[in-house]
Amino acid sequence: MSVSAEQIIFYIVAAIAVIGALGVVFSGDIVHAALFLVLALLMTAAVFILLSAEFLGIVQILVYGGAVTILIIFALMLTQARQLRQRLTGGQQPFALIAGLVLAGFLIYMTVQSAWPGSTDRITVVPFERFSNELFSVYNVPFEVVSLVLLAALVGAIVIARSED
Amino acid sequence: MIPLDHVLIFSALLFAIGVYGVLARRNGVLILMSVELMLQAVNVNLIAFAVYLSPERFTGQIFAVFVITVAAAEVALGLAILLRIFTNEHTSNVDEVDLLKW
Repeated sequence: MSVSAEQIIFYIVAAIAVIGALGVVFSGDIVHAALFLVLALLMTAAVFILLSAEFLGIVQILVYGGAVTILIIFALMLTQARQLRQRLTGGQQPFALIAGLVLAGFLIYMTVQSAWPGSTDRITVVPFERFSNELFSVYNVPFEVVSLVLLAALVGAIVIARSED
Repeated sequence: MIPLDHVLIFSALLFAIGVYGVLARRNGVLILMSVELMLQAVNVNLIAFAVYLSPERFTGQIFAVFVITVAAAEVALGLAILLRIFTNEHTSNVDEVDLLKW
């Protein structure tokens, strides 16, 4: 079975994403961890584009690479994370390591062992018109509700974080 | 084409790394970052299943849009709470925020 170019690109992108994720959880400097998170998020956007979900890839880059990254770095700045140099990893590290490894092993084993119904080799591209049509017709109510959720979250964040003078 | 199993293994690895990050890291912002990693893994999983196994009803892709939205809202709120805690207690370490402990 020949390995296609898409497959090789996917392996490279996935490896960089896993390296980014490992950097988030193992880095000693918190700002480096934030930058590793940006790397992992952008590589996940690349995986979305490889899976032919281009709209979600672009949305991922905009929302996560743009907004969430800035939020996190601003929070690091406002909590003086680099100046205070507090302890980043706690005493639960060995147990957390065991839990993470057991979970990874279990998930990978169940994934490889399962017989998925349908063809697991071909990606069927969904036309974007169908996607947007369904998002605004069939899933209209969740769409409106999630806008309200965003509004409530933003108002709540402002109320919680503002200074009381 | 990319085999479905490989995409699922990638998302499982991402999720497990996120779980380790949530359990081991003590800074609040780092815990939120690890939660973001777990949500990324969930999104990859949803889209992979929608694209490979059920392309006629691509509910997974639409679900992923909502997961992205709610995750962004949750990160904003979580960071606001952490800022408030930092203003009051002058610490970002979640081990030191134990006023409600017995």
